[in-house]
Amino acid sequence: MIDFLTLIQVLDGTLRLATPLLLVCLAGLFSERAGIFDIGLEGKLLAAAFVSAAFAAITGSVWLGLLAGVLASILLSLLHGLASITLRGDQIISGVAINFLAAGLTVVIAQDLFGQGGRTPPLKSGGRFEPLNFPGSISSKEMSDAGPLMQLYSELLSGHSLLVYLALLTVPLSWFVLYKTRFGLRLRAVGENPAAVDTAGISVVSLRYGAVVIGGILCGIAGAYIATSLQANFTKDMSAGRGFIALAALIFAKWRPWYALGACLLFGFFFAVDNRFQNILMPAWALSSLLIFISIVLLSYVWKKDYLDKVVLGGLALGIAIISLMVISSVWTSGINSQVKIPVVFIQSLPYVLTVVVLAGFVGRAIPPKAGGQPYIKER
Amino acid sequence: MDIMPKWVDIIVVPLFSLFLAAFLAALLILAIGESPVAALNLMIEGTLLRSAGWGYMLYYTTNFIFTGLAVSVAFHAALFNIGGEGQAMIGGLGVALVCLFIPWPHWTLAIIGASVGAALFGMIWAGLPAYLQAKRGSHIVITTIMFNFIAAGVLIFFVVDVLKPTGSMDPASANFPASTHLPTFQDIASLVGFEKAFRSAPANVSFFIALFACVAIWYLIWRSPLGYEIRALGKSGAAARYAGVRPVKIIMIAMMISGALCGMMAINTTQGESERLILNFTEGAGFIGIAVALMGRSHPAGVFLAALLFGFLYQGGAELALWTKIPREMIVVIQALVILFTGALSLMVRAPLERFFMSIKRADV
Repeated sequence: MIDFLTLIQVLDGTLRLATPLLLVCLAGLFSERAGIFDIGLEGKLLAAAFVSAAFAAITGSVWLGLLAGVLASILLSLLHGLASITLRGDQIISGVAINFLAAGLTVVIAQDLFGQGGRTPPLKSGGRFEPLNFPGSISSKEMSDAGPLMQLYSELLSGHSLLVYLALLTVPLSWFVLYKTRFGLRLRAVGENPAAVDTAGISVVSLRYGAVVIGGILCGIAGAYIATSLQANFTKDMSAGRGFIALAALIFAKWRPWYALGACLLFGFFFAVDNRFQNILMPAWALSSLLIFISIVLLSYVWKKDYLDKVVLGGLALGIAIISLMVISSVWTSGINSQVKIPVVFIQSLPYVLTVVVLAGFVGRAIPPKAGGQPYIKER
Repeated sequence: MDIMPKWVDIIVVPLFSLFLAAFLAALLILAIGESPVAALNLMIEGTLLRSAGWGYMLYYTTNFIFTGLAVSVAFHAALFNIGGEGQAMIGGLGVALVCLFIPWPHWTLAIIGASVGAALFGMIWAGLPAYLQAKRGSHIVITTIMFNFIAAGVLIFFVVDVLKPTGSMDPASANFPASTHLPTFQDIASLVGFEKAFRSAPANVSFFIALFACVAIWYLIWRSPLGYEIRALGKSGAAARYAGVRPVKIIMIAMMISGALCGMMAINTTQGESERLILNFTEGAGFIGIAVALMGRSHPAGVFLAALLFGFLYQGGAELALWTKIPREMIVVIQALVILFTGALSLMVRAPLERFFMSIKRADV
């Protein structure tokens, strides 16, 4: 078994890795709750990461970096708004374009400014968010001798960047704005039934722009966090799919702020585990019985369904059963109690698999806002 | 509202969008201190004025034809297949399994086998999101994005943990046997006596399969009953359902054709070029398919032309990266602008054109 300190360290990593996910997830939440799909979260995150790192590197001030990153992200949000709200274009295509725009422009500009192959120089101390050490907390050198409570306090609660605490605060804040204010009520309504909001004399367009800009601000903070806190410079494609994982977390959370916190912490945990351990070992009997259980559940579900369900889900069940047989055969000589190695790529893929399962509606169906993805056309 | 003449919609609008994208890209090139004219000259020189340049361009074009057609077929059914990247990865896995484990006597048979393997694997990978869309109502955009990431995981697992020869440090499968190697354009040119043409360029016979796919998809979409059903469902789900089209069946079929086409991209990259399964062989071609389909108005002829254009941009972009300060990512910017102008901002592009042609029309009358 792993010791307490290791567990605390993994949870500490969870918090640090969940922070950008959480901010981006809440950004998507505001946007999608107002009826604007946002595939471009990834691009906004990347653009903000680059712009904040570049400004922090040039000016030496992390605060100016943060501000510039947020502005860059808002600018992309407004482009998305122009395409999908004003010009009533396809929101998904607009998001795809924004992702490419950010992926291309960041490297082109970084190469021109710094000439280091699309990265910024390492940020010096004023250009980074330093960890905030709580009073009485101890350094990591003394950690192994300290008691469990001290470890919990010093490693997990203390010693994070300001933005981590800020991200945690945005959860209750988002909940309050969405569920306890007039603006929030209208914002949620505009994602469900924009015509009704319009009839009540409230501008659909300005509400949606408002939501998209809030999303831009949150993505901007997340981008600044990954470039000036999590790491200390910008590197090419450093967002590394976080925007899409946040989108997955958003669905996993069923478009709700508190659930979003849970989903992002869960996904952050997967990444922390993946960073910390090279391979996950699991007893062969546990793995194979888990797989067999899943395939039996699938088979019992399709029993009375139609042909297509039987082919697709039955095929899936068959595939999983074959994998479990392969697991059993691999430990045939060494006994069923021996350990099998689960490659880390499967832990990395787990957030996506879980999201697909949730989307499929087999476990806790996720229902998106009703008017999501459709441009609103005012009747004349 | 009046409608523009059809040729404006098909030809002028995409070209105008391309012009806008090129104009913005030229401004960006100016901003980083290079000359857009010199850059364009260099691109043309490195691509169109050398046979090897053509060889590279057509290699990229082959990929983009497959993925562009794939996105188009899905578009016709009003589905957005953003998962071309993942379907191509799994298609590559299919190619690798077919080429490594079946002893092919000759490449002509091997390419048939590999095409079937690639199409089948891509089809299965697109089939699951299609099923979830058709039967469970899960949004296909989100599921296909998720399947891209899962596919990347599956590919890494197979390359690193299963197919990598023992003792090798390189994350790649063993080399495919020589009997599966596809003739490149260089080999074909040597047959007719031009030994020096297309030297070391990766373009190979799968280009002709891509051309054949264009014709086949044109026939499928505009000349077959199935294509009619696909288009009917895409234009209006309710009307199609009333006319007896079964949405579940059409969604499944359209997406599986789309996945099969994406998967078949791998015969070009994996069997034709690398001749072993490597990571990252898709190089974003699945996403470029979106730009190609939008630019080509989802018509095979348009897709072919747009794929040629993007092939030119990719090979030209490599030349720029080699000889100037303009990094390869400039092409990604142009691609983003093309998607933006032909897709998301199409109303902005069309409205002034529409007004212009309407005023001409009125003047005629």
